[in-house]
Parts: sequence; structure tokens; C-alpha cells
Amino acid sequence: MTSRMQTARRVSVAVARKDLRIEWNSKVLLNQVAPFSLVIMIMFAFALDNEGILQRVAPGLLWLATLFSMLVIVQRSFAVETADGALDALRVAGTEPVGIFIGKSLALMVQLFALELMLLAIALVLYTVEPTAMGYAETFATMAVATIGLGFVGTLYGGLGAGARGRETLLPLLLLPAVAPVLIGATRATEAAFGSGGAQSSEGWPWIGLLAVFAGVFGAVGALAFGPMIEE
Amino acid sequence: MTTTQTTATPATQKLGIATTLALIFLLFSGLIFSAEDVVQGSTVRIMYVHVPSIWVAYLAFALTAICSAVYLSNRSRSLIWDRFAGAAAEIGVLFVAVSLVTGSLWGRLTWGTFWVWDARLTSTAFLFITYVGYLAVRRLGGTFRQRARRSAVMALLAVLEIPLVHFSVNLWRTLHQKASIADPNAKVKLDGFMLFTLFWGLISFTMLFVWLLIHRQRLMALEDAVQDQGLDLAIQQRRTEAGR
Repeated sequence: MTSRMQTARRVSVAVARKDLRIEWNSKVLLNQVAPFSLVIMIMFAFALDNEGILQRVAPGLLWLATLFSMLVIVQRSFAVETADGALDALRVAGTEPVGIFIGKSLALMVQLFALELMLLAIALVLYTVEPTAMGYAETFATMAVATIGLGFVGTLYGGLGAGARGRETLLPLLLLPAVAPVLIGATRATEAAFGSGGAQSSEGWPWIGLLAVFAGVFGAVGALAFGPMIEE
Repeated sequence: MTTTQTTATPATQKLGIATTLALIFLLFSGLIFSAEDVVQGSTVRIMYVHVPSIWVAYLAFALTAICSAVYLSNRSRSLIWDRFAGAAAEIGVLFVAVSLVTGSLWGRLTWGTFWVWDARLTSTAFLFITYVGYLAVRRLGGTFRQRARRSAVMALLAVLEIPLVHFSVNLWRTLHQKASIADPNAKVKLDGFMLFTLFWGLISFTMLFVWLLIHRQRLMALEDAVQDQGLDLAIQQRRTEAGR
């Protein structure tokens, strides 16, 4: 049992390194996803043409932009796996599915976190958000915990039906309802951190707790369900 | 193939007749025999459709989850479980839709608005979207076994997702009136016959559900058989072409 866990850990590190190296070489996150999320943030400003409103709703917009960009990253993450039957090869090789799940989740989390940092910078500049030092701490805590949950749930739904035709168009329908709790929790926590609408910074921590529950549940279930899901 | 196949058996025919009679009685009971509400007047009659439909939807989704779990845990992986899960989800989606539509009409009459962002309404909308997604997963294509496996996993994920969404939306806001019959301290009291009509609605809608479920499951089996046959025919044709 311990050896299985060790194998799973080695596999997960290898898969995460592989995904991140692919990303590093192709620069899809930097060249496509990051500009895309910048466009979203600018479009929000066009749609809500009022600085007061933008400042008030900045936390929600930040997380919406994260979720939309995440759809693109998740699709990319599994397009890489299915393009040359790489996932089939991993499966046939008897690789621990838990390891694949954790590895792909980790790579997704790293990319998401980088993206969120960029979106935060954009929000600071474009939406004139001014958090306090405590607010920054709370924002980073929210981002860390939310990203863990998003990484797990994104990998789980991304793997569902990987390789099937028409999966790309289906992913938003499956994934967005599933991440609704993250949108609610992360937005409330970030509102508290930014002090939007007069929210107190202490109001944010219970929401971070909700995000932690989400991350824990989907991490555990993903580890269990990913194996049966990709074995087809 | 010229044989005519039907999804009816003598048993389901009897069930169908009983369901129809029960629904006709519900119609009379709900629209004519039962009293008006003191506050809401005749609008309270929407309840006799609204509550039974959401009940059927919950029943259907519970069945989808159970059948999916049985499919995945059963060594034989019998496709009948997958078909029951799919049939139940389809009917469930239909009845959630009925419940949402009747609910918003009722809301318009009593609250003055079609929709409020309250916890129970919002989570019900999410329930609807989630199972629409489940039905889309079933249509992804591939073999029957692939369909069964994917959709079974998706059904179990939905079971996990729904409480989380419900919980978080609940934290987000709450306005919907609490379940009024189960709560002994509730101010709303249904008179005897209204309560009877409501329960009659639950019974007759459940009968309708069972009837639809059996037929839909058999229809799915036929659809799968047709698809298999189509494949066999195509292979046969290619063989004869090659033989020429």
C-alpha cells in the first residue's frame, strides 16, 4: 500500500512536471490565455461603464475572468493528453490514476495561480481597487485555497469523456455549475479583502473555510473517481 | 425487419389506465373540489402540480444516482442499470422544468415577481442545469459501455455537487418560505381536503413517473438495439461489397 502511494506520488510529480514543461515550451498560457483574460477584464469595464460600480463588483469580475480562462486551460490540459493517445498510453502502462489526477491538478493549479496573480494586478490598475495589508493577505489566502479546489474539480470534469467528440463544447456546461460554490465563496472572501461595499475584512474567513471544504471534497472524490472515469 | 414492437405490456397498460384515472381525479379535485386558500385564493391550486413535480424530480434523480452506483459496483455491468439511470434523469429534468415554470408563475401571483434569487430557487435551477449536463454527457457518443461509465460517474458527481451548491447558495441568501407542512409551528395550515389533494397529487405523479420510466427504459433498449443492428447491417454490406 505504501509503495502504491509512493508510486502515485512519483507519477503525480512526473505528470505535473510534464504538463508544466509542455506549457513552458508552448507558452499557450502566456500568449493566449493571459491576453484572453485581459480582454475579459476590459470588456467588463465596457459593459459596466462606471468606476464606482467597477470598484464595487471587482471581486466578482476577477473570479469570473478566472473561471472563463480556466475553461480554456482545462481544455488545453486534456487536449494534450488525448491528441496522440497519450492518456491511453498512460493507462495501458498501468500508471496509477490517482497519480495522474494529482499531477494534472497540480499543473492546473500552478497555471491558475499565475493567472490569478495577473488578474489581481489588472484589477488593481483598471478597477482602482486598494486593499490594505491585511486585505492582501486575505486575498492571497483566498486565491490559494480557491485554486486548489478549482484545480481538482477542473481536472475531474476535464477528464470526463476525454477524447469524445463534442467534449469541448460540453465542458462549460458541466464545469461552471460545479464551480458555482467557488465563485460564491471566493467572491465574498475577496469582497471582504478589498473592502468592497464596506465589507469588513474579518467577514472573509468563513468563506475561505467554505472554499477549503470544497477543495477537500473534490480532492478526495477526484482521487477515487478519476480511475474509473478514464478507464474506457 | 417488419415486426412491430411496442414498449407496452399488459401490466404497463393497466398502470397507464390507472395513472390516467388518478390524474383526471386530481384535475377535478385540485380545480373544483378543493377549497380556495384564505390568503392566496385560487392561486394555491398551482401547488397540486408544483409540489408533486419537484417530488418526482427528486425521486428520479435519487434513482439515477442509485442505478449509476449499482452499475459501477456491479461486476456484471448490466446496461439495464444505465438505461434506468438515463430514463429517470430525463424524466427528472422534465419535472424540474415543470416545477420551475409553475413555481415562477405562482411566484408572480403571490410575490409579484417571476424569479427571486433565493436559495431554494437558485439551487433548483442548478439542479436543472446539472442534469441537462448529465443528459448531454449521455449523448457524447462512443460505445454503450463508454456512455454508461461516463454518465454513471457524472451522476455520482452530481450527487456530490448538488449539496455543495445548495449549501453555498444557502449561505448566499435565503428567502423562500420554509417547508410549511413538515414544520409544526408554521402559520400556513392546509385544511383536510387540500392536504388530501396534495397527497393525491404526489401519488398520481409518482404513478406517472413509474409508467414513463418503464416505457422510456424499454424505448432506450430498442434504440440501442437499432444502433447495434445498424452497425451489423453496415458490416454486412461492406462484406458483400468486398465479396463482389
